[in-house]
Amino acid sequence: MSDKTDKTEQQRLGVFKTYKLYVGGKFPRSESGRVYEVTDAKGKWLANAPQSSRKDARDAVVAARKAFGGWSGATAYNRGQILYRVAEMLEGRKGQFVHEVADAEGLSKSKAAEQVEATIDRWVWYAGWTDKIAQVVGGGNPVAGPYFNLSSPEPTGVVTVLAPQESSFLGLVSVLAPVIATGNTAIVIASERAPLPALSLGEVLATSDVPGGVVNVLSGRTAEIAAPLAAHQDVNAIDLAGADDVLAKELEIAAADNLKRVLRPQPVDDWTATPGTDRMTAFLETKTVWHPTGSLGASGSSY
Amino acid sequence: MPTNTPTAADALTDVTASDGSLRRFLHGLPGVDTVGLEARAAALGTRSIKTTAKAYAIDLAISMVDLTTLEGADTPGKVRALGVKAVHPDPTDRTTPTTAAVCVYPDMVATAKAAVAGSGVKVASVATAFPAGRAALEVKLADVRDAVAAGADEIDMVIDRGAFLSGKYLKVYDEITAVREACGTAARLKVIFETGELSTYDNIRRASWLGMLAGADFIKTSTGKVAVNATPANTLLMLEAVRDFRAQTGVQVGVKPAGGIRTTKDAIKFLVLVNETAGEDWLDNHWFRFGASSLLNDLLMQRQKLATGRYSGPDYVTVD
Repeated sequence: MSDKTDKTEQQRLGVFKTYKLYVGGKFPRSESGRVYEVTDAKGKWLANAPQSSRKDARDAVVAARKAFGGWSGATAYNRGQILYRVAEMLEGRKGQFVHEVADAEGLSKSKAAEQVEATIDRWVWYAGWTDKIAQVVGGGNPVAGPYFNLSSPEPTGVVTVLAPQESSFLGLVSVLAPVIATGNTAIVIASERAPLPALSLGEVLATSDVPGGVVNVLSGRTAEIAAPLAAHQDVNAIDLAGADDVLAKELEIAAADNLKRVLRPQPVDDWTATPGTDRMTAFLETKTVWHPTGSLGASGSSY
Repeated sequence: MPTNTPTAADALTDVTASDGSLRRFLHGLPGVDTVGLEARAAALGTRSIKTTAKAYAIDLAISMVDLTTLEGADTPGKVRALGVKAVHPDPTDRTTPTTAAVCVYPDMVATAKAAVAGSGVKVASVATAFPAGRAALEVKLADVRDAVAAGADEIDMVIDRGAFLSGKYLKVYDEITAVREACGTAARLKVIFETGELSTYDNIRRASWLGMLAGADFIKTSTGKVAVNATPANTLLMLEAVRDFRAQTGVQVGVKPAGGIRTTKDAIKFLVLVNETAGEDWLDNHWFRFGASSLLNDLLMQRQKLATGRYSGPDYVTVD
């Protein structure tokens, strides 16, 4: 046997990954059967990503609605643990994400690693907030009467998130994590040009105790998927981070129909900066209850 | 069209003369090709029904729904609410057709009757010790008479599966004819086989013929109280039976799949089965029904989607 044949035998055929959507805890292809080509920053082909249709969006809403009861009903402490678990899983797959982010955004390996590490830290940051946000934005209200009056934040419901187009991973997590940390369920539309880190994030979520349907990841043409979601009567809020001005206006008009909460695109210069609580409070409702103090004896209240 | 020859009709009268002849007839029915049946049902489920055809199918399906509540916790208030929903399934759109009937327990018939009065919506009542059917014939008949006296337009009876499975076909036959008699001319009779408990497709075919010979106006798959309810395959089998029965005797019998049909997509698949198997004559709520409760909400949401172009949600239909 010559050296040449030896060499050809050793040549291993690479196994390509089929990127798929993440809906309801499963990894379906697009209902439409379509895919589109995803390239790196220099235009080199990376993979085919599913090109979702409005029916995929509809299925995602059904999955998100189904998951809402369990996720919003879980204790804040439990949600925090689960989100921290996501960060643990991310840490374990850092290499893969560094690779994908470097390709997607045309960064060097070290710059991409910085992005991924910042992303993992962002998960941990929001995981910590789950059982603290209620103290910050809720509390007892002073009232002129013998009552208790309490306000507590409640999740809005099913939230559609248009992930930022440029920051394919850190940006994505920075808009997704605050939505689910407080108990909402999310349908996230990945960056149109660089959806691969988002689709891989689905695999991480599937293996980290996050119940199926809490996060649903769709890839494809942002405008095509966002339109039916903005008009959908069973979606309670929409974050337009990844929409340009024209699309944002269109979607806001469609969203008005069932009085969705709309978070308009916010200019973000630096995704690594500490975000503050705004993105969490944008998708919270305040529930206020009046609480009688009980029977008032002749000697007055026991308080 | 059916060939109503005297010989065919006579032959079927002889069939029920004795337990032996009934058994010979039922066991002489051709065996069911299980693989073929399931493949056919699955193939018909792949038809794509869109736009105007879909709108037609949704309205037809709504008009075929037997809106059902059969819970131990049923209250008069819940039955009244159900009646109102049957009459006006979508209060925001009065062009929505009414459902075919409401289906309740016998003691709720009077309440349901009052709730749907003057609307054309019928009141169906389960009877004969539903859902198990484990009671003496006299008790079952009293149950039926009670429901009919309260004004039920339709009676859904269960067959004695124990007798059927142990081969006492004539006992089952006699019971159905007795209930048929108790219904009189006031009520149509639906006969429930509980297909999930009959084990084989051959048994479902035999039960279908037995029910039709005994004078059922409708044959119905199941009670909705067991694990396996209406499936496309067993409904297809029953549709074949009513088609063949009409061809032999000239008598048309209706079909009602019940339980487990929850989405518009499923309902439309059943309508395709009806059209392709029994034919257009059965595409009417006099001859085909859906026994369902949550199906109606999904039909209404799909109807709203077609009308407005936006996906609707469970917040826009009633909770029941």
